[in-house]
Amino acid sequence: MADTHHQEQNRQLHPELPQVIVLKSPPVFRQFEDHFSSRFHLLKAWESELPQDQYLATYAQSAQAILCFGSGPRISADIIRQLPSLRLVVTTSAGLNHIDLSECRARGIAVANAGDVFSADCADYAVGLLIDVLRKISASDRYVRNGNWAILGDFGLGSKLGSKRVGIVGLGKIGLEVAKRLEAFGCSISYNSRKKKEHVAYPFYANVCELAADMEVLIICCGLTEQTRHMIDRKVLLALGKEGVVVNIGRGAIINEKEMVQCLVQGEIGGAGLDVFENEPNVPKELFALDNVVLSPHLAVFTPESFEDLRDIMIGNLEAFFSNKPLLSLVADE
Amino acid sequence: MENLSVLMTCPMSTYLEQELEKRFKLFKLWHYSSTDQFAKVNANSIRAVVGDTKIGADAKLIDTLPKLEIVASYSVGLDKIDLTKCEQKGIRVTNTPDVLTDDVADIAIGLILAVLRRLCVSDGFVRSGSWKNGDFGLTSKFSGKSVGIVGLGRIGSAIAKRAEAFGCPISYYSRTEKPNTNYKYHSNIIDLATTCEILVIACALTVETHRIVNGGVIDALGPKGILINIGRGLLINETELVAALIEGRLGGAGLDVFEKEPVVPDELFGLDNVVLLPHVGTDTEETSNAMADLVIQNLEAYSLSKPLLTPVV
Repeated sequence: MADTHHQEQNRQLHPELPQVIVLKSPPVFRQFEDHFSSRFHLLKAWESELPQDQYLATYAQSAQAILCFGSGPRISADIIRQLPSLRLVVTTSAGLNHIDLSECRARGIAVANAGDVFSADCADYAVGLLIDVLRKISASDRYVRNGNWAILGDFGLGSKLGSKRVGIVGLGKIGLEVAKRLEAFGCSISYNSRKKKEHVAYPFYANVCELAADMEVLIICCGLTEQTRHMIDRKVLLALGKEGVVVNIGRGAIINEKEMVQCLVQGEIGGAGLDVFENEPNVPKELFALDNVVLSPHLAVFTPESFEDLRDIMIGNLEAFFSNKPLLSLVADE
Repeated sequence: MENLSVLMTCPMSTYLEQELEKRFKLFKLWHYSSTDQFAKVNANSIRAVVGDTKIGADAKLIDTLPKLEIVASYSVGLDKIDLTKCEQKGIRVTNTPDVLTDDVADIAIGLILAVLRRLCVSDGFVRSGSWKNGDFGLTSKFSGKSVGIVGLGRIGSAIAKRAEAFGCPISYYSRTEKPNTNYKYHSNIIDLATTCEILVIACALTVETHRIVNGGVIDALGPKGILINIGRGLLINETELVAALIEGRLGGAGLDVFEKEPVVPDELFGLDNVVLLPHVGTDTEETSNAMADLVIQNLEAYSLSKPLLTPVV
């Protein structure tokens, strides 16, 4: 009863504003919810006392747009089927693995993601993690703070970044930004992608294992799909070798985490910089004892600037959709 | 070639020691209880000194070694060598430029990213299990921020080139304006610090640059500004720096060098907007060996009366 009254109040407050379903509050709402609620009638499923499917059945049947985020409820075929008017999914991420894309395609539902707003920050982060692993920045910062420099002397040698052969797995917007940065450090770039990219001079490897065999560093920049799940496994890591370093700013499940941990513990690879994990926020404890690993709690895009840009592109996409204009960051079918 | 007697001032590279021992008569100063004790026995034989950033060749050491002809430094920095005395006495001096430029520039960018994106803090956050209790929060973007470089020499230029790839506008302060750059020149360091968001100290330590980064420069950089030092600790007034960080008048700092290494002001240990490194700018296998090779090549050239490869004096 209270719930219906609340929703009715909402409807009276926002008679003209277009409806946008939100199953759970995304991180971007923490700072910017009012930017969205002043423009759209947000159907906030998580605030309702009704269970989600009842809520959707009661209030969301005419809603054409839904807003979602990577670690939120999955936009599954099941949910899509509960929303007969749905024409647009807007996600806060660049990644799309939490959306049933084939169901969207089948129903002609457009998907808009974060476009380019995160590319620079992600690329910066990948480079930061790589320098940290090779030059042992976090490890030596710990060493100094523990008072060891005065007692034990010099820390020990790292590995030079310049002239390293870097393999980028997934040469999309983020991968290209990583490549551009690392070239300035004197690295040579090669890549593996679903298809060879035209107008790209970097050597292409159709097989990620062959890429790993020729490279000293692998940087995972691709999306998580059925094809890329556990693509980086023991075989690839052994090919990368004892001095090799892997950096992951994509999704945890692109790497077979169990096998990677084993390789690290056994010294089969030289080190790792990891921003993502298979089962966040859980991180394999074996990694905590290793100095040649840098761990990060999925932070690559978390800057105020990125979030402002994200807010703008999401609102931009929604406004474009509701005024029948082209979307700003429509995800193309591939 | 007659066997050159070489005095190494302190442990700096086992590889260098081995290579020196293969070619020359090597004396290790740290095997003696003091310089004077060493000098009592060996003062008159030493013709070459190999020093580094910890112990170079100061006036006292030079005066103790009357037959000294060449100082080959295992560093590019010359602040631990009394260059005036060397010039007066006709003592040659060599250093190790170029081979270490990339590594030092890489550490400068690594420090910027570690400070802005809080890499060390978030690594600690994960290792302590805190991620299970909640998210970490936002960090500061690097791409596009304005970078000011003090000293646009080899290392400063290499830092600029890397920062440009992140879309950072570059400005600099140097003794003289450099031709052939697109970077904005400032004729004084306060102007530079006022206009940039990240200030990188990449100049040599000389009488003129001693404590060039003082309270005024730090205040000009301000509470959102980041200070990075990969030069020498004495380029910054360390007391003022610590005070500014504790009081929040400076946004953050990435430091590879300190006034009295290996002593680091322990007030900094409690700050998470600071990254502290134990002078590792050149500490990679590749570069350490390249520096050692250059020291050896200079000494070999000297003993064969060939031109020195990287002379300073």
